[in-house]
Amino acid sequence: MADIKKKATRDSYGEALAELGTLHDNVVVLDADLAGATKTITFQKAHPDRFIDCGIAESNMMGVAAGLSTCGYVPFASSFAMFAAGRAFEQIRNSVGYPKNNVKIGATHAGISVGEDGATHQCNEDIALMRTIPGMVILNPCDDVEAKECVRAAYAHKGPVYLRFGRMPVPAINDPDSYRFQIGKGVQLRDGRDVTIIATGLLVAEAMTAATSLEAQGIKARVVNIHTIKPLDEELVLKCAQDTGVIVTAEEHSVIGGLGEAVCGVVSASCPVPVIRVGVEDTFGYSGPAGQLLGLFGLNAENIEQKVKMAVAQKAR
Amino acid sequence: MNDTQLRQLAIQACKVRLGAVKAVYSAKSGHPGGSLSAADIFTYLYFAKLRADPKNPKDESRDRFVLSKGHCTPAYYSTLAHRGYFPVEELDNFRQVGSMLQGHPDMKGIPGVDMSTGSLGQGISTACGMALAGKLGGKDYRVYALMGDGEHQEGQVWEAAMFAAHNKLDNLCVIVDSNGLQIDGKVSEVCSIEPIDKKYEGFGFHVIEIDGHDFAQIEAAFAEAETTKGQPTVIVARTHKGKGVSFMEDNAAWHGAAPNDEQYKVAVHDLNKILTDLEVAK
Repeated sequence: MADIKKKATRDSYGEALAELGTLHDNVVVLDADLAGATKTITFQKAHPDRFIDCGIAESNMMGVAAGLSTCGYVPFASSFAMFAAGRAFEQIRNSVGYPKNNVKIGATHAGISVGEDGATHQCNEDIALMRTIPGMVILNPCDDVEAKECVRAAYAHKGPVYLRFGRMPVPAINDPDSYRFQIGKGVQLRDGRDVTIIATGLLVAEAMTAATSLEAQGIKARVVNIHTIKPLDEELVLKCAQDTGVIVTAEEHSVIGGLGEAVCGVVSASCPVPVIRVGVEDTFGYSGPAGQLLGLFGLNAENIEQKVKMAVAQKAR
Repeated sequence: MNDTQLRQLAIQACKVRLGAVKAVYSAKSGHPGGSLSAADIFTYLYFAKLRADPKNPKDESRDRFVLSKGHCTPAYYSTLAHRGYFPVEELDNFRQVGSMLQGHPDMKGIPGVDMSTGSLGQGISTACGMALAGKLGGKDYRVYALMGDGEHQEGQVWEAAMFAAHNKLDNLCVIVDSNGLQIDGKVSEVCSIEPIDKKYEGFGFHVIEIDGHDFAQIEAAFAEAETTKGQPTVIVARTHKGKGVSFMEDNAAWHGAAPNDEQYKVAVHDLNKILTDLEVAK
């Protein structure tokens, strides 16, 4: 894994959009003055006539996307997660979600790994916000291969989809030749019987690192990659709860309302087992290099490993 | 249009108003004030202007209409029903459990509704998207968005206005139902939007100001909008909230209140009187 070049999923987003635009005439991409950062600029270069810069006006952009979708276009409306899910939440809810309009929201710069821009731009709430919208599909890919699959699947899916991408380069997890992506189906990357680590986004790679380290210490951790936060693969989550008896979730998002709580909701109803959540605690971020921040907020293999040990100890009690 | 045709529209508008008031009365809930102020515009659009077929409401080549002031469903639904999109009797089920006639427009359930709206300021953006789609696809349909005056306090409206002018959406026509009142009172006292004409002009719109209850002026304005190229048009229609019902006229209290039995009788009497006078004049 280490010898494979790292890549940010926002780059994958831009490339996948450009390819999608070549295949389908009805793909249009909207941005709110962040094309260079969200990487929709890659689509813009390939298909300038189908790229619409809405300016710094995310609320209007979501409405424009909704209107376009009713006339046969498949719009990908892009901005940073903070301004897409945050600022335009109500537009997404009422103009996209409620009418089930076929709009795809491409949100980049999600989570604390935005880095130096600090708290105003570090969106740790978007999954929570989007989860509350009935029918919204939420995709949070872990690497380049998966990110591109997400874009293609979002296009093929009829209805609103929220796609979550990161700014920071991440290692490759999936093999482009053998990987099969399906909305709503989690991927077991490694088997184990002592504990399940359910991770999403850039913490999937960290979970794998943690599992390797844990194995050397005699703890066999199963690792599951949940790329689709909603609809959640409840069957797989419950199977993991039954098989391993304890779960550690890991996400670059607030522990409130994210993957961890979604997992808790499933297991508490049908198979109550301890769930320990790794995520951003109930706090705002701050400026700093992304790599450092991930460590400071416990979003890394070391903290996952520590939480797994806690979980296994709790199971033994 | 000759005088007889214009009078025919006024008669139709009166029927639309009667249906709107009945819907609110049946539901004991709804927004009669802004419905009555916009009834003449609704009527002109659906009975004289829109290229749309009630028998084929999803026709891709149709003109689109977005009710950005989404609370004015009583008049909107009454217009659609009288135009033949669904039975007039359906208005009795307005706002009831199980009814397709939701409190605010629901494009998924109601024939003829092109966009779900209700949260103010959002409809105009979706209309921009439809107009942009027309431009991208080289289609000649037109898009109409009916807005409230108080709605212009929402910042999103101005994001959309900027977008429409920048993209030269001359297939978009915005109508402002300028009845001067909002829930808390006069728009001029709550948070003035004036000069609304100058604001739109500054944003790059072609501006037409009319008496929104005068069908000859309404007709001329929509014709002018259609021939205006290179920029979107806004029609500022000066209207009276509650128009046609004596005790509702220019009274903010009737923004979102339903008439009781006695009031309903008066409302029906008022509107029937107008209707009779118009029919006699024929």
